[in-house]
Amino acid sequence: MSLLSVENLRAGYGAIDVLHGISIDVRKGEIVSLIGANGAGKTSTLMCISRVNRLRGGRIAFNGTDITPLPAHQVVKLGLAHVPEGRRIFPRLTVRENLEMGAFLRNDRDGIAKDMEDVFTLFPVLKERLAQLGGTLSGGEQQMLAIGRALMSRPTMLMMDEPSMGIAPLLVARIFDAVRELRSRGMTILLVEQNARAALKFSDRGYVLETGNVVLSDTGAALLASPRVREAYLGE
Amino acid sequence: MEMTAAEVFFQQVVNGLSNGMIIALIALGYTMVYGIVELINWAHGDLFMLGAFFALTLVGIFGVTEASGMGATGTIVVLLFSSALFCGTFNYAVDWVAYRPLRKAPKLTLLVTAIGISFIFVNIGLFWGGLPMEVFGGGNSAAAPKDFPPLVPAQALFGNEEKVHVSVRDGLVFGVTVPLMIALWWLVRHTKLGTAMRAVAQNPTAASLMGINVDRVIGATFFIGGALGGFASVVYSLYNNTISFQMGFRAGMDAFTAAVLGGIGSLPGAVLGGLLIGLTRSMSDQYLETQWTNTIVFAILILILVFRPSGLLGLRAKEKV
Repeated sequence: MSLLSVENLRAGYGAIDVLHGISIDVRKGEIVSLIGANGAGKTSTLMCISRVNRLRGGRIAFNGTDITPLPAHQVVKLGLAHVPEGRRIFPRLTVRENLEMGAFLRNDRDGIAKDMEDVFTLFPVLKERLAQLGGTLSGGEQQMLAIGRALMSRPTMLMMDEPSMGIAPLLVARIFDAVRELRSRGMTILLVEQNARAALKFSDRGYVLETGNVVLSDTGAALLASPRVREAYLGE
Repeated sequence: MEMTAAEVFFQQVVNGLSNGMIIALIALGYTMVYGIVELINWAHGDLFMLGAFFALTLVGIFGVTEASGMGATGTIVVLLFSSALFCGTFNYAVDWVAYRPLRKAPKLTLLVTAIGISFIFVNIGLFWGGLPMEVFGGGNSAAAPKDFPPLVPAQALFGNEEKVHVSVRDGLVFGVTVPLMIALWWLVRHTKLGTAMRAVAQNPTAASLMGINVDRVIGATFFIGGALGGFASVVYSLYNNTISFQMGFRAGMDAFTAAVLGGIGSLPGAVLGGLLIGLTRSMSDQYLETQWTNTIVFAILILILVFRPSGLLGLRAKEKV
């Protein structure tokens, strides 16, 4: 049974439609990638799923609940967390406060403290930076903070938008390691990634988006082998 | 009793600081709302005025005149909190009705709306002053300034031998404003609501992804900012003993200038700015002429906006994106 099911999602800005009926399924425990060129609608898809962007049609269900009519702040309560494009950490809150905001809906002090320690095992550098303002971290550290912050809501599923964008290669490797680590703990992940090769390598399945439509979907390995994907997205 | 030049100066420092603390309390309402929705809440000074009218109405209803001792203290506490509740609720309601539908509108739309709300408030004040109550002069002249009974005596706090006169009223101003500022600081820095307020101010979309109900946090900010204006209105009324439906304009301009001077969006900046504007006013009243005082305050506003728009304690560095 799918954990997230998106049916015929349509959305747009002003007079322009950006998404023309996207359907995506993510099953429990899977890593699923969305790949596609800039402007294909990957970020819009995630922003619609987390209910930040308005829909023009379609239906989104998470864990059996129809979340289409919900405001954004009620989605995370159901266990769906979103690490948005560009990280969007709170620059003038400390690292600790950023993580605490991730746990905004929780009141279990001990559980929050324990989950914060878990975040530190995943990203030890955050522990050293606890009292620093978020805006003073490097790009890679901010990405770690954004992921850690999302984990603080104790989600069952994580949506990550371009976690490697604008980050030093060494840190990209560390972040992909963390994604694999999360998966081994049973986290379900929907990943948007410009680095299609890296993403598809550890994805169970993937969807290829072109100008607001799903044009291809298959297992990660099959997409890596597909001539169309190789030519358009892997630069071969 | 002739005062020496130094005594005159220190007397004006006392007056300036007292008025400055009242201005600072109003300025905090401007800066909090600006910090979270980037709105110069033009109606804030007029909300302050309505708070004073509300307090005077209570005085009239309960027939309070010149109470003294413990009775007066209780009365003042009730007036302070009633007016704060009134202004906080009113500000919250205005946000809900007028500003919430405009969250995604251009900031100029929001500002023009606030100017409209200001006109509405001033006219509510004018109407209110015409109510047939004895405290409003029996409703004979709606526009006339109203006397606010001197519930707090103007007598010296430290005895009459002191040449620099620190009155019980100065004590009231500090006794109310300082704890409120500390409470506000604690709320914003050390509570979940306060952290959420800062998070919403910095990135509302990300805040909503954390499960924060952004509209509710903004509403809470309007409530708190309004309540501070309500507290200020009672302190002002007890300090000056006269209120008028037009008093929101000057109080608003002083407080807005204070907020900009300190760095709009910054809480310590609003307090610093309030004190500086209060001192500027009292020094100008003493050493120049009173009719120059408003000119000087506006000149400060213009100079700050031209040469240092981020104010004294405002944010200057752009954060990494």
